[in-house]
Amino acid sequence: MEALWLSMRLAACVAVILLVIGTPVAYGLAFSNWRGKFLLESVVALPLVLPPTVLGFYALVAMGPRGPLGKLWIALFGHGLAFTFGGLILASVLYSLPFAVQPLIASFEGVDRKLLDASAVLGAGGLRTFCRVILPLSLPGAVTAAVLSFAHTLGEFGVVLMVGGNLAGVTRTVSIDIYDHVQSLEYGQANRMALVLLAISFVVLSVVYAVNRRVWTPWAAK
Amino acid sequence: MGGEVNATMLAARIRKERRSADASSFVLDVSIEVSPGITILFGASGAGKSTLLDCVAGLARPDEGQIAAGGEVLFDSARGIHVPTPKRRTAYVFQTLALFPHLSAEENVAYGLTELREEERREQVEAILKAFRVEKLGKQRPDKISGGEKQRIALARSLVTEPRVLLLDEPLTGLDAELKASIVDDLRAWNAAKGIPILYVTHSREEVDALGERVIALDNGRVASTGRPMDVLDAPRRKKLAQAAGFENLLSATVLDLREADGVMRVKLGDSACEIEVPLGYAAAGSRVRVAVRAGDILLATEPPRGLSARNVLDGRIVSLEQRGTMAMARVDCGIAFIVHITPGAVRELELTAGRRVWVVLKTHSCHLVE
Repeated sequence: MEALWLSMRLAACVAVILLVIGTPVAYGLAFSNWRGKFLLESVVALPLVLPPTVLGFYALVAMGPRGPLGKLWIALFGHGLAFTFGGLILASVLYSLPFAVQPLIASFEGVDRKLLDASAVLGAGGLRTFCRVILPLSLPGAVTAAVLSFAHTLGEFGVVLMVGGNLAGVTRTVSIDIYDHVQSLEYGQANRMALVLLAISFVVLSVVYAVNRRVWTPWAAK
Repeated sequence: MGGEVNATMLAARIRKERRSADASSFVLDVSIEVSPGITILFGASGAGKSTLLDCVAGLARPDEGQIAAGGEVLFDSARGIHVPTPKRRTAYVFQTLALFPHLSAEENVAYGLTELREEERREQVEAILKAFRVEKLGKQRPDKISGGEKQRIALARSLVTEPRVLLLDEPLTGLDAELKASIVDDLRAWNAAKGIPILYVTHSREEVDALGERVIALDNGRVASTGRPMDVLDAPRRKKLAQAAGFENLLSATVLDLREADGVMRVKLGDSACEIEVPLGYAAAGSRVRVAVRAGDILLATEPPRGLSARNVLDGRIVSLEQRGTMAMARVDCGIAFIVHITPGAVRELELTAGRRVWVVLKTHSCHLVE
């Protein structure tokens, strides 16, 4: 159960961080007409096609004591970043980035442009338009982004193994725990964990689809 | 512009070119002055009405020109002034109204009132909802509100911010005449005290008759005429005969039907069976008009043309072909005779000779109505 709790904590941290950094990235991608935009789009989508071990490998190199991130981290905090919970969060944020950014882009782009014009004509600048019009109308997208990045982080394996190793209570997430149990032929314990993960994934995806089908909406009329 | 501009007036001189994907370009090139009260901006779809409003509101940027309202310069290409939309205080009601779907009517109306204290804001919202007779709907969201009432709320939302100018882009389409009249009465009552210029876009002749004090008629990006509705609409876009001197083809025609939404009407040429589309001229169906076409504005094709934007293609035969210096003049009989100017190169390459079957192509806007 320790592993499950660790995974939940990791996934929650990653979901929150991704909402915070994913929102401005998605805003830029949805609304700017910058010509080099496709490059940023490709970078954001990269984790979708890259094997997790490749991403994990580069993350590990960067975080190692001789990597740029590792050196910075040691200078700031006195210890390395690899094989720590912080390192796991960082690698997972990269790995789940498209799962947060793409639903946000889709929902930002779905907002009627005339509403943005109306907001500007009524005296609202970009930030106010974003907070009062774009964000409230994109709530289903934000929920989808949070839920998907949570679920995706919860189930990751390759990146965690590369960056985090397998330290009980620090970096041993539930998917690694399951792998361990299978390796030691403890199928009963593996099955218990796997079942929990399956149930969580199902619930999470149901939430996403329900929100997007408008089974309920946050601003439903009283 | 130049000279004295009244402090409450809207004055705009705008030139803006728009290129579309098919490389055809549209140029808006107008100079207008709008004094307090309702002025109608009239013209067919595509005449440039919405582009003009977008430029005034700052949603589009003219290539060149000046825009001033309420005594303040909003745009001046020469001085590099382009006041951003939120700072212009130009109210704009779109055809789709664009009410915020997640906010109640009250919240929609209060949206533009950021600088007021809470209770002042509430008072103003209440007052304007009352002025437009929708005070009972304050708590409702737009999707629960009927058509005419939504229009009232959109007007209230724009006007509560004390704008310098009000721009209305066909805001009352889809309402019956009685409802329209009552909303316009409320708008007039409100503006009696404020006295701001209101630019009201429509392409409906009926609306012009119902509203009109002053009309600016736009045609193909230019101001065709301005004045009282009677003066403008009974003879807009018609050229005086003298102006038609340079037109080689002057044809009499009978109006078949009007298509106001497209800004065109169909006419039958002379006694022939030829029917063509010409710009809307506010003649009744059945009345007789004259259509002038420049010989140089006509295209000839040796095969039935396809995929053209030109609306008029007539089947005919070349009667005679004369070389006149660097130009060739063809007479083409399509049941009615056209004079067409073409280049000698075209004559050679298309192997045009007298007796050859050709198709005459006329752009709608190359057909000019003549008084």
